[in-house]
Amino acid sequence: MASDSIALDHNGHEPSYLEYEGKHKGLLGWILSTDHKRIGILYLISILSFFAVGVTLGFLIRLELLTPQGTIVGPQAYNEFFTLHGVIMIFIVVIPVIPAVFGNFFLPIMLGAKDVAFPRLNLLTWYLYIIGGTLVLLSLILPGGAADTGWTFYVPYSVRTGTNMIFTLTAVFILGFSSILTGLNFLTTIHRIRAPQMGWFKMPLFAWSLYATSWIQVIVTPIVGITLLMVIVERVFHVGIFDPSLGGDPLLFQHMFWMYSHPAVYIIIVPAMGVISEVIPVFSHRTIFGYKFIAYSSLAIALFGSLVWAHHMFATGMSDTAEFVFSLLTFVVAIPSAIKVFNWTATLYKGSIELEAPLLYALAFIFLFSIGGLTGIIQGALNVDIYLTDTYFIVGHIHYVVFGGTGMGLFAALHYWLPKMFGRMYNKKVARVAFWFVFVGFNVLYFPFFILGWMGMPRRSYHYLPQFQTYHVISTVGSWILVIGLVLMLGNLLRSLINGKKITERNIWGGETLEWTVETPPTFENFENIPDVINGPYEYKQNEPATIEEEVK
Amino acid sequence: MIADASNFVQSVDSTFIFIVAVCVFFLVLITVLMITFVVKYNSKRNKKAVNVHGSIPLEITWTVVPTLLVLVMFWMGWTGYKQMTDAPKDSMVVDVYAQMWSWSYKYANGVESDTLYVPLNRPVKVLLHSRDVDHSFYVPAFKMKKDVIPNRINTAWFQPMRLGTYEVMCAEYCGLRHSYMYSAVVVMPEDRYNAWMTQQVQKQKQDSTADSSTSEKSM
Ligand code: HEM
Ligand SMILES: [Cu+2]
Ligand SMILES: [Cu+2]
Repeated sequence: MASDSIALDHNGHEPSYLEYEGKHKGLLGWILSTDHKRIGILYLISILSFFAVGVTLGFLIRLELLTPQGTIVGPQAYNEFFTLHGVIMIFIVVIPVIPAVFGNFFLPIMLGAKDVAFPRLNLLTWYLYIIGGTLVLLSLILPGGAADTGWTFYVPYSVRTGTNMIFTLTAVFILGFSSILTGLNFLTTIHRIRAPQMGWFKMPLFAWSLYATSWIQVIVTPIVGITLLMVIVERVFHVGIFDPSLGGDPLLFQHMFWMYSHPAVYIIIVPAMGVISEVIPVFSHRTIFGYKFIAYSSLAIALFGSLVWAHHMFATGMSDTAEFVFSLLTFVVAIPSAIKVFNWTATLYKGSIELEAPLLYALAFIFLFSIGGLTGIIQGALNVDIYLTDTYFIVGHIHYVVFGGTGMGLFAALHYWLPKMFGRMYNKKVARVAFWFVFVGFNVLYFPFFILGWMGMPRRSYHYLPQFQTYHVISTVGSWILVIGLVLMLGNLLRSLINGKKITERNIWGGETLEWTVETPPTFENFENIPDVINGPYEYKQNEPATIEEEVK
Repeated sequence: MIADASNFVQSVDSTFIFIVAVCVFFLVLITVLMITFVVKYNSKRNKKAVNVHGSIPLEITWTVVPTLLVLVMFWMGWTGYKQMTDAPKDSMVVDVYAQMWSWSYKYANGVESDTLYVPLNRPVKVLLHSRDVDHSFYVPAFKMKKDVIPNRINTAWFQPMRLGTYEVMCAEYCGLRHSYMYSAVVVMPEDRYNAWMTQQVQKQKQDSTADSSTSEKSM
């Protein structure tokens, strides 16, 4: 970035990135900006808006399931609701959210850089994202109706249904490009423009997590792009690829879809693990336990996680060899996640802990993600999976991993970094109250799914048998508690941006990573000079925030 | 004691219970540790934090112990699964047809039915055919399930061990009325099953003669 034309304000102070005026002013100054921080904010606004749409759909799904059938809508509308809910939550919310918002904003700062490697490409990813998201919303409004296949788009049904599949498939294809380009940008940034003294093992764990994630994004996203393109070709030109009535193979679709969509689980969860690895040491005021084990376990997850896709297909009648290998690898991939959980917990040991909102969400992450991971192990066992696959058990597992993991990671990140990004503090008391609504609502909403699944309730079911109703009612009440919590939480954050307490203090929480050494909110160029990086990222000094040194055992 | 509904119930249940027990142990361990640390090392009580960088013995312990445990789980799952794939040679064979949005069954002697009638304790092997899109043949009470995929004949088997009527559901989403795609398995004593079958065979004969006579007339 050219740096010659930065005007100082009347105090001789460099303006923050929020006030800075470049070539364009006002709204254009935002939507044409190539500043990584402004792009992060663009993503923040757009992704949270889609999240609101997704939550509304989830809320409506739960409302419908209050009675065995016909509570508020008919089966066709219901099928479109859960499809759209899944598509929005997976492809438009949780896959991009942490890298695109907090990665964009903080990765360059954490590495001591002034921007990402390719700022214009970065802006392009946001436009691709908006086009993809808009197409999905359009499919809802246009005649024909939204996709009704579930977010997994299984062929032959997805080739034969009369709904606006092409919009949704094209949207996911375009969103894939956005994701690949962000990954590429981050990889280059991490390899090429770290501050001179920022060695690999001085990088914050958040940067490590984005590094592992970016590799997965770049390697596996093209697979889903091509696969969905083939479904479009099949629908439009009737070329037999996956649909057996045209001479295709439906299992080929499933393999190709999961070859992307299982690793996508790690695209979703690993950045959130990075957030947790930042938050826990900061609020314990001590160094992280097992830095290298956490860093390497991200890479192990990225590697093994790419080799377990067919555990979604245990009931499809694969060969015994395939079942054996995929089940075994599924159990193996659980180990690096377990290692992380143990190290985070150990990081609390002998800390000086401040139980602020970010830490509350981080601890909720550990608890909920552990339940998600452990229920994943349950389904890794072949005979049990045969019984549980495609039931509510899996829906419970998805939400505990993805919402309990990435959702809580996102909420931790919002409470941790938003004050830095905007120079305003939220009401901490309201934040804590909202947390308890979210946490309790979450469990009341989703825990019954495990019981329903074990009782034999199939997923994606508009209608259900009367014996399941009690748990459905409990779950729906949980969704109301959760939504109250979410409204309270986001309302509190939003309000703080308008009239929250102003802060200019650089190091709000006592963190040791570089973003806490720059101004609040950061200036356009982040740093006056490229910073010296002498310490590792979690080296709390003896005199500073109350920390004593202990020898490495 | 009530008999299990099928021969798979026991292995699925015991694998499930073993894994859940291990999971609950670890979840409680982690949760108790978190809460203890947050209380004990709260900044109000503990003003000075200690930088503990890590511990190799601990890292080894919490890598090796879970690895051994998951290997045991894997083995339980695999052996239980093997049992599900190997149908006994003397199994009774039934063709199952799935279509949007209903099930139908065809016995080896040509008898057709909307409900699956089977004799108690006799292994039944099902050949799964789809007439349109993917479905999944799911009998929750038997703890068994297998996807039904067009242009491909998947097989599964079970041995019913308790009399009664059990739901058959579709577990793979297949469109508008997926959640109404029910049928039933009726497990009957051997003699009642044979009586039912004889009756069906006779009915089939009558139907076919009636069919041929009508078609003769119309000619
Ligand atoms: C208030 C919040 C939410 C509620 C009430 C909710 C509720 C539900 C329900 C009831 C289902 C099952 C639909 C069915 O199988 O018939 C479902 C499916 C799903 N949810 Fe959520 N959910 C919420 C938030 C989320 C979040 C935050 C995510 C992602 C991070 C998510 C991802 C999914 C996915 C991927 C599916 C599967 C969709 C499919 O089967 O095609 N949900 N949700
Ligand atoms: Cu997976
Ligand atoms: Cu179905």
